[in-house]
Amino acid sequence: MNQPASAYFLEERHDPTESHTLSVLVQNEPGVLARVIGLFSGRGYNIESLTVSETESQKHLSRITIVTTGTPMVIEQIKHQLDRMVPVYRVVDMTLTGRSIERELAMVKVRGGGDNRVEALRLADAFRARVIDATTESFVFEITGNSAKVSQFIDLMRPIGLVEVSRTGVAAIGRGPEGM
Amino acid sequence: MTDKSHDPNQMTGAAMIVRALIDHGVQHLFGYPGGAVLPIYDEIFQQSEVEHILVRHEQGAGHAAEGYARSTGKPGVVLVTSGPGATNMVTPLTDALMDSIPLVCITGQVPTHLIGNDAFQECDTVGITRPCTKHNWLVRDVNDLAKVLHEAFYVATTGRPGPVVVDVPKDVQFATGTYHPPRKSDVHVSYTPRVKGDASQIRKAVALLAGAKRPVIYSGGGVINSGREASKLLRELVEVTGFPITSTLMGLGAYPATGKNWLGMLGMHGTYESNMAMHDCDVMLCVGARFDDRITGRTDAFSPGSKKIHIDIDPSSINKNIHVDVPIIGDCGNVLGDLLQVFKAEAKKPDIKAWWQEIAVWRARNSLAYRKNSEVILPQYAIERLFEATRGHDTYITTEVGQHQMWAAQFFGFEEPHRWMTSGGLGTMGYGLPAALGVQVAHRDSLVIDIAGDASVQMTMQEMSTAVQFELPIKIFILNNQYMGMVRQWQQLLHGNRLSHSYSEALPDFVKLADAFGCVGLQAIKPGDLDGALKEMISIKRPVLFDCRVAALENCFPMIPSGKAHNEMLLPAEATDEATAAAFAGGKALV
Ligand SMILES: Cc1ncc(C[n+]2csc(CCOP(=O)(O)OP(=O)(O)O)c2C)c(N)n1
Ligand SMILES: [Mg+2]
Repeated sequence: MNQPASAYFLEERHDPTESHTLSVLVQNEPGVLARVIGLFSGRGYNIESLTVSETESQKHLSRITIVTTGTPMVIEQIKHQLDRMVPVYRVVDMTLTGRSIERELAMVKVRGGGDNRVEALRLADAFRARVIDATTESFVFEITGNSAKVSQFIDLMRPIGLVEVSRTGVAAIGRGPEGM
Repeated sequence: MTDKSHDPNQMTGAAMIVRALIDHGVQHLFGYPGGAVLPIYDEIFQQSEVEHILVRHEQGAGHAAEGYARSTGKPGVVLVTSGPGATNMVTPLTDALMDSIPLVCITGQVPTHLIGNDAFQECDTVGITRPCTKHNWLVRDVNDLAKVLHEAFYVATTGRPGPVVVDVPKDVQFATGTYHPPRKSDVHVSYTPRVKGDASQIRKAVALLAGAKRPVIYSGGGVINSGREASKLLRELVEVTGFPITSTLMGLGAYPATGKNWLGMLGMHGTYESNMAMHDCDVMLCVGARFDDRITGRTDAFSPGSKKIHIDIDPSSINKNIHVDVPIIGDCGNVLGDLLQVFKAEAKKPDIKAWWQEIAVWRARNSLAYRKNSEVILPQYAIERLFEATRGHDTYITTEVGQHQMWAAQFFGFEEPHRWMTSGGLGTMGYGLPAALGVQVAHRDSLVIDIAGDASVQMTMQEMSTAVQFELPIKIFILNNQYMGMVRQWQQLLHGNRLSHSYSEALPDFVKLADAFGCVGLQAIKPGDLDGALKEMISIKRPVLFDCRVAALENCFPMIPSGKAHNEMLLPAEATDEATAAAFAGGKALV
């Protein structure tokens, strides 16, 4: 393919991409999330999901879980770029450890009557979703699980009368006795 | 309650700032006042340990601090006001980040209760400078200030050096709190740059080097940043192994240009022999360089047959653009020391005579040759004569950005590290003049020359006034081709010779301009005038602006057309109009 003359090498790369879940332990201080997000936007990395919350308040530690996609070389870069930030303690690639549990919580609002109500409850039961709010014409379900399961539940609710969804994004933790 | 009125560590935020500078051994500070830093200026006025250099534009303060830092190995320190003062620092901060220069920049901020109100001269300094600093802080409590300032110096100068910003609201400068001298606990426990290289990786590297048939050492600015010892060790490694060595633009001087193993600079405008050696080598040792796109050319054709060893203090530099076989994370000097020890104990100088013979053939192509001209001064000739004229002097060179910068890199020989200050990563026109000021502040009696272009020099020209005020006898040597030569070269090569806005119409009369600033103006028009005028320039103990009129249409060769491999260089002898057109021909995968 012809490309215009340029001072740069306008190379197109089509290496296959992978999805990785990263756990990032950071000092909980002003601007730390902005730094992490700015790194992703500034360097053109993808964020599929991002969750953050303080996990140890005495030590001012927060844990950020990021699901990102990229070529293996880009994933390596992302980890190093995160790791060299001053307030970042550790970066663990949960996907590479192969021993992590990933969970997401969603609240799913469904509206409808008659058979649809019965069907919604039946599906919720099958997915172990709980009813956390109900009116005569609606339910709010709470569902926890891996992202695929949550998405599947939401897809099934769509024809029944899905109104809206609020998802937390992915949180991840390693199996076994060790911490990160 | 204890009476704190006699506690010498009780002081205002403004006083803490000056105290912290003194505690960190800062002797010079580059800055520009404004409403949000007046308490600090008031403290500066009342002491004599830190000398403040008043610039004419905050960008000048930033580049001056960069020149200061790069020529001394110490951090450069800058003080600017809020709002426009801070935004004017964005270019030098970015420049310092790209070239790994330690800067500590203190910015004033509007009082804390006004932050977020669009107050007069308010801007989100930490937000704006977050992507162009290694780290930054907004200090909301005067009792945090000492800790933050000490951490700022530590972060700027350790690991991969870089710029940091400490944003101090005006009420925090006025408030009284407790100061403490620097201590270890001031630094984030999460910040732990790695200095020592992994021993087993070093062993693997030595095994590769010892078995090499066609090795090359490729060094960069990291060796300079690591300190003089690293350059010494690099020289020793070259001696012990007998390997050829090339360097990036930023690394010039780590190995001497007169050294017998020196191949010249590599990259887009590097020598033929260095680029061919990079392309054909079987083992590449990269020390403190980062495989950037001006070096590698086309990445998929970069040194295809080699095993690559990469020493760098920043893990994110490794495997970023080019896959390497043996990464070693650590400080260049430290790792080179260990590597040398292992090499001397376990390996012998490999026999690479055949490789040197190949290199000799490439060298014989004489890729920096240019036609002599007795009518007009050729820019290459001007640099050669400047180099000759400065022999025996204690010389420091800075540059602006453009063709003149590349010619300076090609034709000025650097024997020592810390003598060459140029904007490599960001390519900032306007860097060289203020950088020269910073260098001269640190080396009052040395010969400091900014090799400039007619366009670049106009970007930070006003700093000549600073040079006069502080009696800094810098020499601004303009290769005046009346063009933005580098832009014109690209337009000729890539855009059908349509010279869109690259001609400098209405250039100032530089000699008169020098006079207006209170500097000395000199000019050379004919090759025969040059040596005399250079001698005069060097003998004048005041700032000089030298208008060296050079051939207008000269282009900078050799050159790797972008998107080409190292072995597809265009040499000056072959750069006829037709060959150049063919090398860059439209439509042929030429990007
Ligand atoms: C601040 C900035 N703006 C634009 C550029 C793009 N640029 C690179 S070289 C150049 C021309 C430089 O002209 P001059 O200083 O006369 O140097 P010459 O190439 O003629 O030696 C320009 C505009 C730049 N590098 N920096
Ligand atoms: Mg020019």
